[in-house]
Amino acid sequence: MVTSVMIVGVGGQGSLLASRVLGKAALDKGYDVKVSEVHGMSQRGGSVVTYVRFGDKVASPIIDKGGADFIISFELLEAARYTGFLKPNGQIVTSSQQIDPMPVVAGTATYPENLVEKMEKAGAKVDVLDALKLAEEAGSSKASNIVLMGRFSKYLPEISKEEWMSAVSACVPAKFLELNKKAFELGLNA
Amino acid sequence: MKELMLGNKAVARGLYEAGVALASSYPGTPSTETTEEAAKYDEIYCEWAPNEKVALETAFGACIAGKRSYCAMKHVGLNVAADPLFTISYTGVNAGMVICVADDPGMHSSQNEQDSRHYAIAAKLPMLEPSDSEEALEFTKKAYEISEEFDTPVLLKMCTRVSHSQSIVETSERVEPPIKPYVKDAAKYVMVPANAKKRHPIVEERTKKLEAFAEETELNRLEVGEDKSLGIICDSTSYEYVKEVFGDRISILKLGLINPMPDEKIKKFAASIDRLVVVEELDPIIETHVKALGIEVEGKNLFPMVDEFSQGIVAEKLGQPAAAKCEEIEDLPNRPPAMCSGCPHRGLFYTLKKNKCTVIGDIGCYTLGATPPLSSIDTTECMGASVSSIHGFNKILGSEAEKHTVAVIGDSTFMHSGMTGLANIAYNQTNSTVIILDNSITGMTGHQQNPTTGFNLRGEPAGKIDLEALVRSMGIDRVVVVDPYDLAETDRVVKEELAAEAPSVIISRRPCALLKYVKKGKPLQVNPDKCIGCKSCMKLGCPSISFRNGKAVVDETQCFGCGVCSELCPKDAFEVQGE
Repeated sequence: MVTSVMIVGVGGQGSLLASRVLGKAALDKGYDVKVSEVHGMSQRGGSVVTYVRFGDKVASPIIDKGGADFIISFELLEAARYTGFLKPNGQIVTSSQQIDPMPVVAGTATYPENLVEKMEKAGAKVDVLDALKLAEEAGSSKASNIVLMGRFSKYLPEISKEEWMSAVSACVPAKFLELNKKAFELGLNA
Repeated sequence: MKELMLGNKAVARGLYEAGVALASSYPGTPSTETTEEAAKYDEIYCEWAPNEKVALETAFGACIAGKRSYCAMKHVGLNVAADPLFTISYTGVNAGMVICVADDPGMHSSQNEQDSRHYAIAAKLPMLEPSDSEEALEFTKKAYEISEEFDTPVLLKMCTRVSHSQSIVETSERVEPPIKPYVKDAAKYVMVPANAKKRHPIVEERTKKLEAFAEETELNRLEVGEDKSLGIICDSTSYEYVKEVFGDRISILKLGLINPMPDEKIKKFAASIDRLVVVEELDPIIETHVKALGIEVEGKNLFPMVDEFSQGIVAEKLGQPAAAKCEEIEDLPNRPPAMCSGCPHRGLFYTLKKNKCTVIGDIGCYTLGATPPLSSIDTTECMGASVSSIHGFNKILGSEAEKHTVAVIGDSTFMHSGMTGLANIAYNQTNSTVIILDNSITGMTGHQQNPTTGFNLRGEPAGKIDLEALVRSMGIDRVVVVDPYDLAETDRVVKEELAAEAPSVIISRRPCALLKYVKKGKPLQVNPDKCIGCKSCMKLGCPSISFRNGKAVVDETQCFGCGVCSELCPKDAFEVQGE
């Protein structure tokens, strides 16, 4: 049994840290884990995807269409873009944040409307929260990745809150630990 | 100790454990972190070389001096380093030497999709291909053993999905090999024709010995399954996708040593199953070899030559059922990468577009100047090509072209291979205008130092090449420095240098907005009472500015406060918050 999670967003939003926290939590739980990341400044502002897979034995580091159990998204349009990667009835946890892509900035396209309804119609279950606002409440807009992980933790009962916190501690600098713990709590209880 | 480790970091760990003493590389996605991670070990001297050829030759010098050495590059970097590669195949090594080359199937961050395995065959060098982080660590160490046992440099082939995936590895301690004293040996190291003629047969003998090794080594692993109707030969990440689809059901010959290949093992494997398929990304290297052995095999008749593979592709091409999935949501706007808010390149490309310039481009973040709305760049091929190609372009089209054509190249790319093109302009004389976009860092690969920044790989003070002095010393008399945030001055300088009847270099200088020491300005706001909706600011393609209900709007969380937009606004509608 392998659980497949896609973490998607806009380059620079902090998906690498989110994938490391999840990878660490799964590793500490004793699972085999593979994480596939996107690197390079060239991805700044572009659509980015990170794959995290864990279970008894994981072969492929990537996820194909129809292969994801979960999508964690930092941005609404990006959640919609990857919906086709979900298994039927798969779960999306997404921030309500909207960032205009360049075609919208340039005026050659418009930001699509009713995205949550479209995702549900496509067969996904959708959980939306304002991760950016909660992150600011925790002390930094950069902590929206940990807010989202807090929310996502509700869907993975096999990993306890203590185990999540220990993974967060291992992945963030000590001086930001309290802020990130608060961000996790705010996401969990949102 | 077991830990979750990035493939590139696992290579670095392998270097550490193998007792490597020197690493010299040029950054290139997806190879960069092997050297950055190696630099975290005090025992390994690590540096960024100006280009891959210099890196490889530096590593060669170090191995001849008697310590294990390493260099890394992306696939296209090996083209730059190919000259020494083919000849050090003849000389062999003293202490072990490994050359890491990282391919990019799917072109996540590359200009072509070339298959580096061709180089191993062409240069007659052994090449190892790990499939995950654990193998990346183990194969790196094994590569040094092979290098020293067979007196040959060894290629370690990574690819995006191995380099940038994390999986579990078990680490061990460093073993420090003693220095192998350098002994002068002209017959081995001086490759004049008389000596090289004697070395070539030694290379052919070495290949014979490596062929025998290929039959025995555990790098080539046979996994026997119960279902004999299908057997697969595969390498690299293709192995992971095959395992994902078939598990332990079918038999697999996994090749970890891709050159030379184990002919007898392949023949025996082919005889043990009913249908043989090769699953390999990009070119049919294994398939062609198997066919030459007279074995009936399938491969590229089923699988594409382009792009990276996945478990879904393997399942589809080998007749396995497709996964059920949520529906695709159609007609969503794309989100291509864009120049960051505050990017110093933006003001320059705005100016080039405004002046209707033909722009001969190069490799770096500034390649994004090709995308709308700036849409400025006319050509992009490889590192350094802008400075060489503008010369040829202007030679054919003459003074008319010279008055509206520029070459754009970054500081790091100029040091890599732009200088030689400029030497040609100075020597063979065209009135070309070359713009060096000096953002004081190698940006695209994730902020690496270079010879113009004054810092080394570890961030310590280092030698600093003065670009103005360098360019002048090459015989270019017209050298002007501009701040690309100052649109009026940039426009004036570009016009003046294009008109000049002499070769000129413009240095467009401002540090990358993402550098830690660069201070962010106060974010701007649009005063809606002043904004007339003329969209002048929208021509910049700044990700912080969007257009809503007939007015420009600034996203304050993203705005860098560079103020370039306010220079374009005819109504001074951009205001600093609270002022």
